[in-house]
Amino acid sequence: MIDLEVNGAAQRVDAEPDMPLLWVLRERLGLTGTKFGCGIAQCGACTVHLDGVAVRSCVTPIAAAAGRSVTTIEGLAEDAGRHPVQQAWIDCQVPQCGYCQSGQIMSAAALLASNAAPTDADIDAAMRGNICRCGAYSRIRRAIKQAGEARNNV
Amino acid sequence: MSETTTSGAAASATAASEPVAKKRLGKWSRRGLITAGLLAGGTLVVGVGIRPGHRAPRLRSLVAEGEEALLNVWLKIAPDNRVTAIVPHAEMGQGVHSTLAQMLADELDADWNLVDVQEAPAHEEYANYALGKGFLLGDVDIPRALVGTVDGAFLKLSQAMSLQITGGSTSVRTSGRFAMRVAGAAGREMLASAAAAAWQVPSAELVLQDSHIAHPPSKRRATYAEFAAAAAELTPPAKPRLKTPDEFRLMGTPAPRLDIPAKVDGSAVFGIDASVDGLKVATTRRCPVFGGTVASVDDERALQVPGVLKVVNLEDAVAVVADGYWQARKGLDALTVEWAMNGLEDIDQARIFGQFSAALDLADAEGDGNTEAEAGDVEAALAGAARQLDAEYRVPYLAHASMEPMNCTVWLRDGACDVWTGTQNPLGVRAGVADIIALDAEQVNVHNLYLGGAFGRRFVDDYAMQAARVAKAMPGTPIKVIWSREEDTRQDHYRPAVTSRFRGALDAEGNPVAWRNVYVDKHEPAEAPLIPYAIPNRLVRHVSSPTHVPFGVWRSVDHSQHAFFTESFIDELAIAAEQDPYQYRRRLLADSPRHRKVLDAAAQAADWGAPKPAGTGRGIALHESFGSVVAQVVDARVQAGKVRVERVCCAVDVGFAINPDGVVAQMESGIVYGLSAALYGEIGIERGRVKQSNFHDYRMLRIDEMPVVDTVIVNSGAPLGGAGEPGTPPLAPALANALYDATGERIRVLPVSRHDWGAKFET
Repeated sequence: MIDLEVNGAAQRVDAEPDMPLLWVLRERLGLTGTKFGCGIAQCGACTVHLDGVAVRSCVTPIAAAAGRSVTTIEGLAEDAGRHPVQQAWIDCQVPQCGYCQSGQIMSAAALLASNAAPTDADIDAAMRGNICRCGAYSRIRRAIKQAGEARNNV
Repeated sequence: MSETTTSGAAASATAASEPVAKKRLGKWSRRGLITAGLLAGGTLVVGVGIRPGHRAPRLRSLVAEGEEALLNVWLKIAPDNRVTAIVPHAEMGQGVHSTLAQMLADELDADWNLVDVQEAPAHEEYANYALGKGFLLGDVDIPRALVGTVDGAFLKLSQAMSLQITGGSTSVRTSGRFAMRVAGAAGREMLASAAAAAWQVPSAELVLQDSHIAHPPSKRRATYAEFAAAAAELTPPAKPRLKTPDEFRLMGTPAPRLDIPAKVDGSAVFGIDASVDGLKVATTRRCPVFGGTVASVDDERALQVPGVLKVVNLEDAVAVVADGYWQARKGLDALTVEWAMNGLEDIDQARIFGQFSAALDLADAEGDGNTEAEAGDVEAALAGAARQLDAEYRVPYLAHASMEPMNCTVWLRDGACDVWTGTQNPLGVRAGVADIIALDAEQVNVHNLYLGGAFGRRFVDDYAMQAARVAKAMPGTPIKVIWSREEDTRQDHYRPAVTSRFRGALDAEGNPVAWRNVYVDKHEPAEAPLIPYAIPNRLVRHVSSPTHVPFGVWRSVDHSQHAFFTESFIDELAIAAEQDPYQYRRRLLADSPRHRKVLDAAAQAADWGAPKPAGTGRGIALHESFGSVVAQVVDARVQAGKVRVERVCCAVDVGFAINPDGVVAQMESGIVYGLSAALYGEIGIERGRVKQSNFHDYRMLRIDEMPVVDTVIVNSGAPLGGAGEPGTPPLAPALANALYDATGERIRVLPVSRHDWGAKFET
């Protein structure tokens, strides 16, 4: 049995310690917003926050999350509304197929939590692990900057 | 569509009763094209017929069963005044759900904030798979009664809608133009008539706007929903008046996409997210050598993996069923499988390209091949020209690599079967699954969920058929088959590798006088290798050289290869003529004003003649596909042995951009897709199988490599063209032409990353 916190709620899961966090979230906890893309931390579709840090859940054994706090796309917004990154994603009409976007948004939110005014180089460094096959990169960059400004203006 | 529906109130318009072309279609002749009715609960439904309706009792029973049966209805207005557009196409990122709804809502004068969209379910009773198939195969003629009524576009309509296929950049051009707009306009006229009758006022005095009907002289105002029931009693107009472009309120505007809110909070449901009680998960490995089979399986160790339930030998593949994906994957890795590879394991990429060269050599020597375009006398022009130029180009196989790996959930039980997946061909999935599990198609219910990318991959239903076969081995248990990324990469249906040879000739002034092109293997569309340039003597031929690598349609299909070939070679002719590549093309487009305008727009956006930073090269390319014309100007440089693309200026003419921001997004997307392929894309065959496996060795463009993209929309008013695909073809040649400009080295083999730039470009 492994205890962890997911989106603010305590969870106890019966899983082998090497089972990736991704599959615990998707198949045991029904949180399907986090996506499977590559299984080897190459695409970022599975990005979640572990104690606030963006990690690739497809290569994070559930044992490594024991006693820690996980945030997924479903728990990103603090109340019933939207996180500034989510709102910026809508304003900039970022998603196309949308499959990678949970991971993109989680990476972007982690970046902005530590750096509310990222430069292009900061964005490159934080986001280059997230592939968007639909090619929404220009809009992702624009949306991150807009979300950063929104946070700064709060 | 046709006889939509319903609880007794349906009325149908009578189309011209001309004879139909074939006797078995006789019942088409007097059928209405637009129908309407009222659902229980007060929802008005309006449809546009593309086929004869059903007998009323059957319709009623289908309607009574719920919305799932309402395929042939494109528009619903509910009592809460919300409008639902029911669209017959899959949403795979191209924004088609929203764009089609936008077309309908504009004609209806609906409030965009009150519009919903729903994908039509796959049901052959409604979509008429067999008839559509007949049209495609050419053994059924178009009923004449229908030709005049839908602008003679029935053939295209049936291809795109009856088959419910999404692809070929056709959705807006066919369903949007001939069904969505018509349904919206018909609904609007019926609502107006109902209001005019109720209020005893001339309908000309009514103002319909934002889902409300107003009569300003008497200061009355009502929602559409208030007149839905009365409208349903009316005979629908046979040919509702469509808006002229100056009347558009939503078309031509960047209306926000309806699917985006659910795609930012994790609530959008993709095929892989399908959930049902008791679900088990399988993963599979197909023989890595295409065409091979399972010789033997040792499953002893796999069955010892905790959570593994069953190992299924599918003859061409093995499946491991488990409690979850991770357990299934561990089980699969613990299997020992011997494959029978039928000698195909000796094939490698060099042998395939060697085979292509031999086929082309033979064609050259014997002058044979299949001629697809011919003008003037190429051989005479070549012989008499001042200069000749030869070039051979080559492109590799490519995988689609959609972000969502192939997956499908099948639940087979007691004479019924549910399928959850993401497909570009839901009726094909339905028919195929029914065949495998020996049920009638009517017993198979396909739930088409969001597609996490497709790009042509999800036309092929191999993954769904495989899931059906696994489910058949465990009846009663819902099974979700999920492919690993490695399986997705190695069991794709690939954009074909092609070798293409050119011989061109210039006169003494440098004008091109001959264009001869022979290449290996033709697919579609037929016009892909054709050029818009006025060259008097032209010959285009292909030869066949089949391989064991499965063919797939890949974003823009043959256009992706041929634009690279033709737009590189015209550039080579311009360089040989010592002329500016943009001006050279421009002069050859004197009789093609549409192309010329798009070319000019791209050149202007890029400030073509302006000085470039040292080391940067600038290249241009122009290509027409799927009814749209796109030109791109690429600025690129080679630095530290690596290519850096700095900017892409894109001009696009889709005729009229229904949603300009959507067109811009599709251009950005097509450019990135083309750039990933041009820079890195390569599927290589080694020992009969695909060498690449995952994103580390089949690379995608990442955000730090993203160029600035500027898109200019040219609305020429030409018939609507597609947007999803035409942005891809010009990118590779524009890049290669830019790299020539920067370095003097001509890229004739893709991907660019194969090119050795040597010491000259190390810094």
